[in-house]
Amino acid sequence: MGPSLVAMLLFIALPIVSIVLQSLHIEHPQVVVVSETCQPFGGCTETTSVDAAATAQLRAERPLGQFNGFGTYFDRNHLAIDQLGEILSDNAGPGDALARIYNLPLYRALAFTLAYTAVVTPLAMLLGFLIALAVNTVPQAIKGPVVFFSLIPMLITPLVGALILYWMLSAEGILGAAIQQIFDDPDLSTRTSAPLTWATLMTYGIWTNAPFSFIVFYAGLQAVPRDTLEAAMIDGASRIDRIRFVVLPSLRPLVLFVLLVQLMDNFRVFEPIISFNAAANATSLSYLIYASLNTQTTQLFGSAAATSVIMIGFITVLIVPVLLRVARELTAGRGA
Amino acid sequence: MADAISRRPAHLRFVAMGFVLFWLVVAAFPFAWTVWGSFKVQGDFFSRDSWWNAIVGTNTIRITGGPFTGAGYWGAWVETGFWRAALNTAVVTAAVTVISLTLGTLGGYALARSTYRYRFAILVAALFFRAMPDITLVSGYLLPFFQLNIWGYLPTAVIVLVALNQPFTLWMMYSFFQGVPRDLDESAMVDGCTRFQAFRLAVMPVMWPGVITTGLFSFLLAYNDFSVTALILTAQNQTMVPKIASYLGQIQSDGNIMYAVAAVVSVTVPIFLLVMFFQRYLVSGLTAGAVKG
Repeated sequence: MGPSLVAMLLFIALPIVSIVLQSLHIEHPQVVVVSETCQPFGGCTETTSVDAAATAQLRAERPLGQFNGFGTYFDRNHLAIDQLGEILSDNAGPGDALARIYNLPLYRALAFTLAYTAVVTPLAMLLGFLIALAVNTVPQAIKGPVVFFSLIPMLITPLVGALILYWMLSAEGILGAAIQQIFDDPDLSTRTSAPLTWATLMTYGIWTNAPFSFIVFYAGLQAVPRDTLEAAMIDGASRIDRIRFVVLPSLRPLVLFVLLVQLMDNFRVFEPIISFNAAANATSLSYLIYASLNTQTTQLFGSAAATSVIMIGFITVLIVPVLLRVARELTAGRGA
Repeated sequence: MADAISRRPAHLRFVAMGFVLFWLVVAAFPFAWTVWGSFKVQGDFFSRDSWWNAIVGTNTIRITGGPFTGAGYWGAWVETGFWRAALNTAVVTAAVTVISLTLGTLGGYALARSTYRYRFAILVAALFFRAMPDITLVSGYLLPFFQLNIWGYLPTAVIVLVALNQPFTLWMMYSFFQGVPRDLDESAMVDGCTRFQAFRLAVMPVMWPGVITTGLFSFLLAYNDFSVTALILTAQNQTMVPKIASYLGQIQSDGNIMYAVAAVVSVTVPIFLLVMFFQRYLVSGLTAGAVKG
């Protein structure tokens, strides 16, 4: 296990240290030279110019940038402490305060990320469970093909799957045109309104995540003890009762496992925002990091790192309780 | 055997069947539609008049003379150099799969056979690392990579993807090795094998299904990745997925959106084939971590 551990430490633990370091630094400002030119009668004017050579040298010598403490964390693009204080102390009611907080980039991204996770995780699990129940009833002969097509939305490249849906939903695509006809509104477009963008992104999320729940629950259904089911039937339990009191309890460890994986995957939602070109109406924490790094000019390492640290903090709070329970259950049942 | 449990009233069977059909359409139709449309011209696939055009190809016939055209594929693969991206993807995914399997197999075996208390800690750490979003780690890699001057090359992307793969590979191989009884390697060692010989000659032959399954998932992770390859590779070394993303910016204005459609279909075909041939392994892999627990 040596090499595997070394790889994990070197490439997962070390980058976490690296982003913490980076988040405490900020890019060097450009070196500015102020020169004064004086004219015989007009007095003196100061001109400022950028000393490109000195700037480049400074950046090469200390690539991390200058130490900034927690400055990056608290600035307007991240936790925005000053702005928050201002909004909370002076606002026209809670609605106004929320709207203004929503305009701060990090909180805006956080709002979508949390909403996406909160909506997609349970709905995808529910849909997956229903599909598993339904597929369980189809004749054996067609189960293979059914499982095959069911797996596709999940195994497809996320960027590509989202792109396919985006094209179909665009005004010239088949679904987009159909929606316009149904609502009789030729200007209706998922691109222009924020609620519609959120709804399409979440629909995509449910579509792509449901197969995972489906396949795990489907496998779990095969292992539900038949004796218990029969006993419940003899005791007069109805179909719904049997699902509620026999099937669901025996799937409980699986539900926890699926919940954990789905929380991890949904919280990092990123590719659909690129595919749907949705950054104007919905951004996620992952997208913010990508945007800081994928710039035309200087890459904002400090900013990306600060967002990353904040994101890892949220993940820790959100996931670790579930994670510990799952790990305990998984390792407990398995021999010494 | 028509036992009581699987007997269901007719209306329930009907509802279940209808639901399955509905789900299949939802799951598969977008791909069928896009594959069909990739052989049309833009005026048909993104038709302003009627979606019927996309099916019969009215404009495609008017412009090219036939109901199907390979212009999108020609434009993507030849004119914009998608073949190079496909080649890069092949190199990266093959290398990632082989290296992660080697590391993961050794690590999983050692972990499954170790009796120390730190095993639980390592497994939890692996799960926690699995929770780290790729992009947060990438933002940690970039600056060191610039400093070491290894940014932009394919091997760099391979190393990063292998590392991101490790937690998952380790867990999966661990749970497969747990399924192989300890007696097997112990009796081989009683017969005079060393630990490594027991691993190679006794355990590995029964482990191939597990290795194939884990390999499939390593392959998919490397193949589907966007965040690592988009930020770590130069435009010259781009793999297919970031290449498609780069189409989105530049092509929309040039009216060559069909290039992107053709590229999207090209990326999807290998995944289809993979699922078709390895469905059994995929299903066993998806459920391995959970069901046995």
